[in-house]
Amino acid sequence: MSLKIYTNRCKGCGICAAFCPKKVLAVNELEKIEAVAPENCIQCGQCELRCPDYAIFVHKEGDEK
Amino acid sequence: MSRVLLLQGNQAVVEGAIAAGVKFFAGYPITPSTEVAESLAEKLPQVGGKFIQMEDEIASMGAVIGASLTGKKVMTATSGPGFSLKQELIGYACAAEIPLVIVNVQRVGPSTGQPTSPSQGDLMQARWGTHGDHWLIALTPASVPECFELTLRAYALSEKYRVPVILLMDEVIGHMREKIELPDDYSEFPQAERKQPDCKPEDFKAYATDESLVPAMPAFGSGYRWHVTGLVHDETGFPKGTPAATLAAANRQRAKIENNLDDIVQVENYRMEDAEFAVVAFGGGARTAYETVDMARKEGLKVGLVRPVTIWPFAEAQMKELAGKVKGILVHELNCGQYVHEVERAVNGKVPVSLYAKYDNEPATPAQLLEEVKKAMAAL
Amino acid sequence: MNMEEMINKYFRPGRLPHIWCPGCGNGVVTGCVVKAIAKLDLPKDDVAVISGIGCSSRASGYLDFNTVHSAHGRAIPFATGVKLADPKLNVIVLTGDGDATAIGGNHFIHACRRNIDLTVVVYNNSIYGMTGGQYSPMTPTGSKATTAPYGMIEPDFNLTELARAAGATFVARATTFHAQMLSDLIVKGIQHKGFSLIEAVSACPISFGRQNKMGGPAEMMMWQRDHAVPIAAWDKLPEEKKEGKFPIGVLYEVEGRKEYTEAYDELIAMAQGGK
Repeated sequence: MSLKIYTNRCKGCGICAAFCPKKVLAVNELEKIEAVAPENCIQCGQCELRCPDYAIFVHKEGDEK
Repeated sequence: MSRVLLLQGNQAVVEGAIAAGVKFFAGYPITPSTEVAESLAEKLPQVGGKFIQMEDEIASMGAVIGASLTGKKVMTATSGPGFSLKQELIGYACAAEIPLVIVNVQRVGPSTGQPTSPSQGDLMQARWGTHGDHWLIALTPASVPECFELTLRAYALSEKYRVPVILLMDEVIGHMREKIELPDDYSEFPQAERKQPDCKPEDFKAYATDESLVPAMPAFGSGYRWHVTGLVHDETGFPKGTPAATLAAANRQRAKIENNLDDIVQVENYRMEDAEFAVVAFGGGARTAYETVDMARKEGLKVGLVRPVTIWPFAEAQMKELAGKVKGILVHELNCGQYVHEVERAVNGKVPVSLYAKYDNEPATPAQLLEEVKKAMAAL
Repeated sequence: MNMEEMINKYFRPGRLPHIWCPGCGNGVVTGCVVKAIAKLDLPKDDVAVISGIGCSSRASGYLDFNTVHSAHGRAIPFATGVKLADPKLNVIVLTGDGDATAIGGNHFIHACRRNIDLTVVVYNNSIYGMTGGQYSPMTPTGSKATTAPYGMIEPDFNLTELARAAGATFVARATTFHAQMLSDLIVKGIQHKGFSLIEAVSACPISFGRQNKMGGPAEMMMWQRDHAVPIAAWDKLPEEKKEGKFPIGVLYEVEGRKEYTEAYDELIAMAQGGK
């Protein structure tokens, strides 16, 4: 799993979901972001770049030192 | 070696500032305090310090707070309208407990008033000018040598208690020239030191205190990283608005001053040993009163002078004690009557308290004050 | 260092989540500030972050540097004092459009004029957010605000032009959509010796977006994407196509103008040499 979500920080603004090119993310009924199709993630980093709450991070392959 | 100089009060403040180790001044030109800025603009760079003329009085206060955070001793100077403008950030300095010294050479107000005439009309503003409950210290010199001494003392108190100290001068004292003897070498004067933390940086809590109730204050860049805010905060320094945190902050800021009144409050007694009647006067007004007391004594009247040197916090204990010693008190001040209400409150009807208010742009003459003393004594 | 490590390193432990509303751009801008500091690898002890009052100015409390949450409009005077008293500190001012250009407007132009080495990041969300949506000097003409229920009739400041005219020597603008550009510009601003302004166009979905029917947070970010024009393209754009759009990138930069604290050090040398 290359997406790391801090649910406690997420405020459900939906920016990451709107900018995800592969529709990996969706805001659930608890108004928190959820990876609904993680297998489609291409690790583009759009969600991490735009998240105002530091609630989602993309750890690319080879990124973990 | 020392030198004998003929200096203005404002210049003596500058000498006191250099002797105290001031390394930063930010200000804005305003009569009758401008000599302080002019002189420090020349002298500070000579001792490696910085002077900046800011765009306004508010900015000057902001700059001295910022500079104080780097560990420097700092000063700003102003008068009347400028003192009003500084009030918001005086409150910030109280809330965040930033050591700094504000010189206010009082002039006649309100508004532009009389820029070149003396007044003591900012007395209450010095204590209560900013919004909210707060505690600070104000000192009132009555001579040119005392301008020097009290500037040094202002730094000693400000650094020790982490509180803004107002040097509450008036135009009489600021512009009066008197003899003053100063050493050539200022290194003999003790340098007030700010308490430093004795814990590791990672354990540091910015507003945690020991029994002194004064938190340690490391300089920015020292390795202790902390947060400064004007919001109500707890001992970590971060905002916390609970009733308990609000109460704790206010009570500690009050107690760090009120537990130390013996150290902070100075009152000078002149010919009070056998006095039956006391004049209470301070700053420029006290200069008249010394002479008045001498004149009264020549006429056989047992009159003395009680001169608050620390004007805030109020000399409560000293005034209560005075009420037990004399038959009557005359408060003389260069305003319509501000300090007199504090004296009345402390004396609480024990002896009559009267007021000689002088607010016509000119200080009283000793003869005028003597006449008022006689009137008050006759009414006893 | 990846973004998560940067957040863990430069944010104070235990202080997240922050207080900003869902979709507020302040978090993006603050993240870009942290990325810039990380890229430059500035020691935390050598950085002072000074903010004013307002939504954006809460940023200082989250960051693990020498931080000041000052008074409304006064971040720049506080920062001027810090920088002049200790020039070795990297002093970064985080402020909002109301804080910097209304109540703090005079301080802003004078700091530009002095060319003092501050990096000022103005979070421009076009509104007073903390107090609930009143107009600022940067609310676009015609926009609604709670204090402009019939629409804003005042012209708004072009802050980058104001800074340039007042003497700032590095002037840039980006948006929260252009987050990578924004952090790159903050890097350049910090590296620049002199007064740097980086205007960060940001969104306030709650207090500006709702009143002005801008859609949700994502739509407001897309608005930034569609209205910001990189400076190279902007310069070639015919005037009629500039209407309603704004340039981003480094808008003005001049090297070699004397920085204030350096000028003061020369003054000290002169004063001491003259003894």
